[in-house]
Amino acid sequence: MAVIAPRGPDSLLLLIPAYNEEGAVASVIEEIQRYHSDLPILVLDDCSADGTRSEAIRAGAEVITVPHHLGLGGCVQAGYRLAYDLGFDYVIRLDGDGQHDPRYISLLYETLKTSGVQMVIGSRYVDGSGEYTSAIRGLGVVFFRWFLSLILSKRVHDPTSGFVGVNRQALEVFARSFPLEYPEIEALVVLKRLLFQFEEVPVKMRKRMAGRSTITPIRSLYYVLHVLLGVLVNILKYQGGKR
Amino acid sequence: MERLLSVIAGLSLLLMAMVLFNIRRAHVRVEYSVSWLAAAALLLALSQWEWGLMSFAHLMGMNDPPVVMLLIVGSVFVAVFFRFSVVMSDLKDANIALTQKVAVLEYQLNCLHEKLETTTDGN
Repeated sequence: MAVIAPRGPDSLLLLIPAYNEEGAVASVIEEIQRYHSDLPILVLDDCSADGTRSEAIRAGAEVITVPHHLGLGGCVQAGYRLAYDLGFDYVIRLDGDGQHDPRYISLLYETLKTSGVQMVIGSRYVDGSGEYTSAIRGLGVVFFRWFLSLILSKRVHDPTSGFVGVNRQALEVFARSFPLEYPEIEALVVLKRLLFQFEEVPVKMRKRMAGRSTITPIRSLYYVLHVLLGVLVNILKYQGGKR
Repeated sequence: MERLLSVIAGLSLLLMAMVLFNIRRAHVRVEYSVSWLAAAALLLALSQWEWGLMSFAHLMGMNDPPVVMLLIVGSVFVAVFFRFSVVMSDLKDANIALTQKVAVLEYQLNCLHEKLETTTDGN
């Protein structure tokens, strides 16, 4: 094990946040290595109670284990901080449950490099499919799509997607400040606040390989309220695009 | 009303004693006890200063000083709780930052250990 380091210009780091994903994380890593054997992979183990850490190491990834469960945002931010400090130019985040197909990493990476936008979202709805989405999540997506279009002045097809790539500008911002829980939607508003741009690219998503989603029907209401409040707070923080 | 004011005075003294006892036992840090001591002192003063309470009730357009007293008690506690929400939020932010830092340092330390072991084995 050696500290991961950027390799040449346009260096890319793959981040995989994982919490109790021992049943899927190794397969995710192995699948990524099949298509992108040269890319450094960093798994962020959010203090899992199972063998997530050992499975990820066995599969050949670098692993950071936070000593206390932080939630998705806190865990991902640890990775963003390290990536920024180490000097990576781009970071792409995939879920540790196997929902994100690593074959699309190249598409996100190329779009980040060529479009000049600060963030690229892998969207399951751009091409109109949206398969493997639960009814509740689907409803949430429709609501937040409408809500965000009012704020961002731009349509977002898949605001809850965790298949996201950022460039160094966004990395700097997220390394300093990143929403703790349910970060995807709030992150978009943070970008808007800083006059950053994002773009969506079509990807296909799959069923999770193992485990269960942390967003249960009861938590969905909390999710909506939490995200709405987070968005409101970010609007109040607006400083006319000051970076 | 007399009885209510006496009860409030007694509770204020009890709160002060409890806070001071806990400071002495180092269960509460001094900086976080100030809000409670100030709240207790305010309630004690108002409960013993009838003219002040009546004036305040008049100012509020209320004819019932006990209700005004309860309103003040409620407001004081809401203010103290809010202050502690701010303190807790700061602490949570600090904990998150520290947790992330510890995780990154642990990772880098493990890498260095392995590198050192490899170098030592090579020699």
